[in-house]
Amino acid sequence: MTAPAMPVRPGEAPPDGTVRRWRGPAAFAAVFSAVAVLALVAAPLLLEPFRLGLLAKYLCYAIVALGIGLAWGQGGMLTLGQGVFFGLGGYAMGMYLKLNDAGGDLPDFMVWSGVEKLPALWKPFGNPVFALAMVVVLPVAVALLLGTLVFRQRVRGAYFAILTQALAAALVILLVGQQGLTGGTNGLTNFFDFFGHDVAADETQRGLYLLVAAVLGALYLGARQLVRSRFGRLLLAVRDGEDRVRFLGYDPATVKTLTFAVSAGMTGIAGALFVPVVGIISPALLGVVPSLELVVAVAVGGRFALAGAVLGAVVMGYARTYFSEELPDAWLYLQGALFVLVMTLAPRGIAGLAANLVRRREART
Amino acid sequence: MAISEVTVRDAELLAIEEINAAGGVLGKKLEPVVEDGASDWPTFAEKATKLIAQDKVATVFGGWTSASRKAMLPVFEKRKALLWYPVQYEGLESSPYIFYTGATTNQQIVPGLDYLKEKGKKKLFLVGSDYVFPRTANKIIKAYAAANGMEILGEEYTPLGHTEYSTLVNKIVEAKPDAVFNTLNGDSNVAFFKQLKSTGIGADQMPVMSVSVAEEEVRGIGVDNVAGHLVAWNYYQTTDTPANERFVAAFKAKYGADKVTSDPMEAGYNAVYLWAEAVRKAGTTDVEAVKKAAGGVSLDRPEGRVTIDGDNQHVYKTARIGVVQPDGQIKEVWNSGEPIKPDPYLKTYSWAGGLV
Amino acid sequence: MEGVLNQLPIGLSIGAVLLLIALGLTFTFGQMGVVNMAHGEFIMAGAYTAYLLQGVGFLVALPAAFVVAGLMGLVLERTLIRRFYGRPLDTLLLTWGVSLMLQQLARDLFGAPNVQVASPAWLRGGIGILPYNRLFIMALAAASVLAIWAYMNKTGQGRRMRAVMQNRRLAATSGIDTGRVDQRTFFIGSGLAGVAGVALTLIGPVGPALGTYYIVDAFLVVVAGGLGQLRGAVLAAAGLGLLNSYAEFWSDASLAKVVVFVAIIGFLQVRPQGLFFVRSRALT
Repeated sequence: MTAPAMPVRPGEAPPDGTVRRWRGPAAFAAVFSAVAVLALVAAPLLLEPFRLGLLAKYLCYAIVALGIGLAWGQGGMLTLGQGVFFGLGGYAMGMYLKLNDAGGDLPDFMVWSGVEKLPALWKPFGNPVFALAMVVVLPVAVALLLGTLVFRQRVRGAYFAILTQALAAALVILLVGQQGLTGGTNGLTNFFDFFGHDVAADETQRGLYLLVAAVLGALYLGARQLVRSRFGRLLLAVRDGEDRVRFLGYDPATVKTLTFAVSAGMTGIAGALFVPVVGIISPALLGVVPSLELVVAVAVGGRFALAGAVLGAVVMGYARTYFSEELPDAWLYLQGALFVLVMTLAPRGIAGLAANLVRRREART
Repeated sequence: MAISEVTVRDAELLAIEEINAAGGVLGKKLEPVVEDGASDWPTFAEKATKLIAQDKVATVFGGWTSASRKAMLPVFEKRKALLWYPVQYEGLESSPYIFYTGATTNQQIVPGLDYLKEKGKKKLFLVGSDYVFPRTANKIIKAYAAANGMEILGEEYTPLGHTEYSTLVNKIVEAKPDAVFNTLNGDSNVAFFKQLKSTGIGADQMPVMSVSVAEEEVRGIGVDNVAGHLVAWNYYQTTDTPANERFVAAFKAKYGADKVTSDPMEAGYNAVYLWAEAVRKAGTTDVEAVKKAAGGVSLDRPEGRVTIDGDNQHVYKTARIGVVQPDGQIKEVWNSGEPIKPDPYLKTYSWAGGLV
Repeated sequence: MEGVLNQLPIGLSIGAVLLLIALGLTFTFGQMGVVNMAHGEFIMAGAYTAYLLQGVGFLVALPAAFVVAGLMGLVLERTLIRRFYGRPLDTLLLTWGVSLMLQQLARDLFGAPNVQVASPAWLRGGIGILPYNRLFIMALAAASVLAIWAYMNKTGQGRRMRAVMQNRRLAATSGIDTGRVDQRTFFIGSGLAGVAGVALTLIGPVGPALGTYYIVDAFLVVVAGGLGQLRGAVLAAAGLGLLNSYAEFWSDASLAKVVVFVAIIGFLQVRPQGLFFVRSRALT
């Protein structure tokens, strides 16, 4: 193993970007396959449609968490504006579905908002290919723009977090204000047809679940490849010592911008998948609070491991559903306490705790 | 259930308790299952799905903002379950699977405008939060004004949760309207009225007619800041009917003597009784049968006689204009006499022709 | 024309509100690099203090709120934040969690609906376009700035605080107890939030969500003004207040908010450190 890049407290694994390599690629393949079988085969068989739908939603959030794990865990960029990218992908998909349902007429919310004819912005989204492309292109474009503007100025850390917060807040206000264009606070909802399937039907929901799980798996493998590549190492270096990287001749701004764009694209895809699964895209989803909740989910799962990020999103999703059903008043205390506890007691999250256990066992043998 | 929905839930639970005490419905007791939408529209849709698909409830009472209702609408329509929505809203909707026990525009906003016209207030300034209800309401107001010789001096929107009103109040004062029609929502009302009060302009010079300020909100705003101003609802805690005396007493007995009752609470309370009556008439809780039986169901409620209109699944409601009193209660100064037939698409109003 | 002129004092009064809520943050964020997302809840605590003391007297509420919020900040600093020195992103998440818990606590203690806080009788009415309560807020903001300035520049404690802000290591080697200074900084910063909360009861809603309405604006003022810079905060607050006031006058409130955000983002492009900053050759 190469020497760790960051000073290490005794007994703690250096953040090398992966859950401690167990015994190589074979072990990983085994674990991944087991999880895949669970997700793709067992879950649809065992869970009833409502719970399966919820799991599909958690997996959408898991894709966002993957993006956050990449940008924050690996790249050190705490972005509180992931909701923006989620929303861009979601609205792109939503706009296509609404136009598809309306079949040439105006979408319902435009009718009751008193809009006379379809706004020019909407027209191209009638084409499914365009809409699908926009799901990725829009967030990536915004991320590239933002990254170029911000990272070149060496705005980082807390400033960056606050800036993305302000951006998200501004976008939400804009979306809410343009009711005829975007559906306002209601967002876009009441979808009927998803590429030829009835959105409400159980089979469609099952198919969507499988689609989300498959996309998550593919993106996870892709992200993992990225992290293990040279680019991934460079990203870690930028996270841990940006100025040194600059002195070595690399441009950290480019690295960060590209990573930010990749995470934005993933988040856009998650947003697009969210729409048929949950049936609504609302401006509140773009705001700061959902972004923060996902960041904490990643922290709980383990920000330094991509698998941890995914795990965190699913765990927090279940926690939210369970507690809001059983103990609604306690949920906010629990959520807040979870933030505090994770940061103080287990900063590397569940994945970190698991890695510690493994290491202790290895050390004993 | 950020704030106000809690009181509606409490009123609905009271209704369930009373119905159970009187023997239940069709010989069975009602069992409430409570879920919290957490003021998040996707959560409303999710919890509604859970109640229908998992808990297999007979019917659902709930929703608060129009956005929450719009988010739940597809769930109820696709799963063919019934929602009883208790809040006044902007109309232009009549889902086959929703019963609307709150006022639609011709039962709240239009009577409010009629009252202002009667009092000679010709020049209006419109203030609202930036979302569907105020925007739709203001469209209706502008059409009414055009047809009735009233002038709209300004139309301003502020983002939801906005709390800085000095510029807006300055604009209003500059424009010198006879009255302000206020469709602000939630906490914005507090900041708005506090700022307005500090200009020194009183309710007698420039009354503000609000449609989202009820007994509960009056307290948060501060009675001093809103006393003397007008509100348009269908029910007040002071409404003088025997049913209301019983309702207020029962509510205070169960939840505390310092509690107040408001229009949405009463509408939620009514919804439970209306559903129970429809079930009795249908002889079953089956959704399609209840829907058919519901049309024409008519009961004496705290707000007066309430009848379900089978055509659009809204209810006939008496419009009442009130003035906020120095003790925090609202006193009625005008009512429409007869309950008004609900017209969510404003089809019966010639001046509303171009709207929908 | 009169309307346009009226927006000037209105803009300054908006700026005064911004200054009050951001003043404390200038310290905690600027001094210690601590991103305290619970700052809004300290403001809320001050407002509820005013609610509880409204029978006793408005002017009593001001120092009371300072102490209450200050103590809350002190407890937070001693138990949690102290361990996260130098990790601003982690403190951001940590204090966000604290903020959620405090909001729920407020809901449980005082109820979810807004509570009534009566304005004192001697603040009723106004001069011309500006009501007395707004003038009071401007005076309070000015007094706070003066008090802070005097503390920072004329007292030993203040001098030590400035030293730690400029170069923590050097200050420590010079014998300054940086832990003590941090405690004081956090106490004062949080206390100022409490005072802001009392002032806000004059003009806005008092409820568990109070903090959430102001937190983003507070951070933007601090970031635009420059961390830990008193005159930066004053100028940024005034500038943003005027920008907001005129943008809203000429368009509408929603657009004005967007304009202000975009302006700040644009400003930070040109001057990423804010209006005023301590020049240093050290790498961050």
